[in-house]
Amino acid sequence: MSKSLSQIFLPAAGGTALAAALAITIANRDYGNDKIASLEGRVAQVEANASTAMQKARDEAQRAAELQVEFEAVQAAAAATAAMGVDLTAPAPVADAGYGLGRAAHLEEIAAWDVDVLPDGRGLPEGRGDAYWGEEVFAEKCASCHGDFAEGADNWPVLAGGFDTLANEDPVKTVGSYWPHLSTAWDYIHRSMPFGEAGTLTADETYAIVAYILYSNDLVDDDFELSHENFAAFEMHNKDGFVVDDRAELEYSQWRTEPCMDNCKPEVEVTMRSVFLVDTPVEGGTESMMNPATIEGLPSFSASGAAFIPEAAPKPVKVASAQPAAAPSDAGAELVAAGARVYRKCKSCHQIGDGAQNRTGPHLNGLFGREMGSVDGFGYSRVFQSAQEEGRVWDDAELTAFLAQPKAYMNGTKMAFSGLKKAEDLDAVIAYIKSYEN
Amino acid sequence: MSDLFKPSRRAFLRGGAAVAAGSVAGAANAAGPDPLITELQDWESYLGAGVDETPYGLPIRFEQDVVRRNVEWLTASPISSINFTPIHALEGTITPQGCAFERHHSGAIELAKDDFRLMINGLVDKPLVFSYEDIERFPRENHVYFCECAANTGMEWAGAQLNGVQFTHGMIHNMEYTGVPLRTLLAEAGADMSLDKWVYVEGADASSNGRSIPMEKALDDVLVAFKANGEALRMEHGYPVRLVVPGWEGNMWVKWIRRIEVVDRAVESREETSKYTDVYEDGIARKWTWVMDAKSVITSPSPQMPIKHGAGPLVISGLAWSGHGQITRVDVSRNGGITWEKARLGKQGDTKALTRFYLDVDWDGAPMLLQARAMDETGYVQPTKDQLREKRGENAVYHNNCIQTWYVNAEGVAENVEVS
Repeated sequence: MSKSLSQIFLPAAGGTALAAALAITIANRDYGNDKIASLEGRVAQVEANASTAMQKARDEAQRAAELQVEFEAVQAAAAATAAMGVDLTAPAPVADAGYGLGRAAHLEEIAAWDVDVLPDGRGLPEGRGDAYWGEEVFAEKCASCHGDFAEGADNWPVLAGGFDTLANEDPVKTVGSYWPHLSTAWDYIHRSMPFGEAGTLTADETYAIVAYILYSNDLVDDDFELSHENFAAFEMHNKDGFVVDDRAELEYSQWRTEPCMDNCKPEVEVTMRSVFLVDTPVEGGTESMMNPATIEGLPSFSASGAAFIPEAAPKPVKVASAQPAAAPSDAGAELVAAGARVYRKCKSCHQIGDGAQNRTGPHLNGLFGREMGSVDGFGYSRVFQSAQEEGRVWDDAELTAFLAQPKAYMNGTKMAFSGLKKAEDLDAVIAYIKSYEN
Repeated sequence: MSDLFKPSRRAFLRGGAAVAAGSVAGAANAAGPDPLITELQDWESYLGAGVDETPYGLPIRFEQDVVRRNVEWLTASPISSINFTPIHALEGTITPQGCAFERHHSGAIELAKDDFRLMINGLVDKPLVFSYEDIERFPRENHVYFCECAANTGMEWAGAQLNGVQFTHGMIHNMEYTGVPLRTLLAEAGADMSLDKWVYVEGADASSNGRSIPMEKALDDVLVAFKANGEALRMEHGYPVRLVVPGWEGNMWVKWIRRIEVVDRAVESREETSKYTDVYEDGIARKWTWVMDAKSVITSPSPQMPIKHGAGPLVISGLAWSGHGQITRVDVSRNGGITWEKARLGKQGDTKALTRFYLDVDWDGAPMLLQARAMDETGYVQPTKDQLREKRGENAVYHNNCIQTWYVNAEGVAENVEVS
């Protein structure tokens, strides 16, 4: 701004004074001395005027320079304000003296919640239990998922065996073969097991179950007693089998490089196609099907793209999709559909439909009219063995009563399910089970 | 495939694809006047829904297939299981809470704010108990972070398995969290914050999932969060309060948080020894593999998002993320990794959050082998499956951040494959 002002004002004012002086000198040749004096006076006046104009221009230039400085100061302040934005999104402050929020925890509260156990045994309560007793507790509380011998039912975790498999393609990672600390087993079982009844095991029961799991891994004899006294001394098979994350050394050091962009390899072929095709019906969930397609006939790729365009692939074929044996009547269809939703509570243990197998519970195909406790190959509890001897048969009344209160109606059943509280759920699930005949 | 407009064979392929793709007629080139335009439609005439119809909105019914899904046979019980975010059908980066994946160990519990208690004990001057209201009175912060299960893409160690990006990469979500920095709560209790200490955090559900976090991370960016995407957390994501451990495996993001204990060593709980550890080929396991390395995947086209429009303009869209910080670059290959092109980032990557990337191409209708490759601010380049297998063998379960390949055929159908 100051620059433009000085360029305009200074030459213009200087030029005006010079032109005026020249004109007066020429005129002086034809007039008298009095004129000279008068003209000299006028020259002086013009010079004074020019000087005033010069001074004015200088003042204005000076003012402009000052304004420029002021402008720059304002601009700098604006930039500083903009930069302040960073500070405006600063992390939440932490008050030096705290906020005075929360209240002191009572010792009883800490005792109730702070029950985790460290690998050196700190945190263990006093107690003891042997493998022999542990087997009984395990059979009652754990075996329905983990199997009588801790071998694992269905997809539930296997707790025993698997030694010398860790370097295999499918390592069997059990408490015995894999877990580095016994404290982890004690802590987890005591706090988080049994599944659905967490926190109900006593310290002694927990010692006994852990002793039994060690026994089932052939790590101790059946008279082995585990207690807070000998706990820390017990060393696990795989105690030295873990190293701390070493990706930085093994991987990052090599993979932080500028990647290849062109001609990274001469040719590419498909070596494997998806094993499972997944159908995603609008009503939710998924249905997986084996992918029948092979890599035969797929094009290889070069830098210029696919070698050829193959024929359209064959449509996949659905496999193993269980359908109700008899199409239910329209009136009953809704009830059966509602029952299918209720049955979600049952299906982790009971299979039904095409190819249904015994799992944690017996399969339920053709349940109605079937003698209780009569499915081949399923190990029933005593109460169901007796029911079979008495010739009791599953019908609406029996199933409704059982499903409403399983433990009360069939005292001693292994079925861990707590029962259906709503009458409409009972009706629906029974209609659903009925829809699967033998 | 970089040379899209080369004549001869390119032109031949383009012609072939147009036939194979069948109808590519859109609204613009309809044969005659479109009755949707020329005739009065119901919705142009009748009244729509009133403002009181749905006090809390759900997606319109035409989008009802955009839902979380589980694969039943993966786990023993849906109570201790996982479902997958429909990332194939989402855009941008923020995951709506409703369709964000869930993983429970003993089912999702209902814990009311009034019943919420958070204890801090262990190596602290003042063991404290906070109510929910207390948590809301501490200075809070907002951050967008991804949460990825360590097992995401885990099945693919064994080769191409499930055909769908929802199932290969859907154990991830990305939300804006509001919460109190963990360091604030530690300071409030007068915790021993020396860097050799650990913070053990535990949930209130029956699994009482507990994880040990080294003090350095606890003091860095861990949040005790009570809102996601502006709303209360969903019950399935740990309502009313969960832990947010940016960039680290999802299992550490303890839900229904009830206790924070300062300890002098890692607890080595079940979830940090028997699970969330990886056995390499030599039978030796890696523990404390917390950080989720840089990873990316093309979400469309993908098996659940075939190309239906035939040859011509095609948007290749995908997601990239890194537990080490910002995504700085994503490359896309259309020929299985022979040639790579730099993708366009939707916006500058946020640290430890999803970044959207695009490659806008003129598809010639020929088959493609689509891959994406992420780079993060540390210069790390997402590895191929072969590179990972060379380092770790094939019996790992977690932390598979390999480059994913989709084979897209001339009909636009995409399939999960492995390539040489």
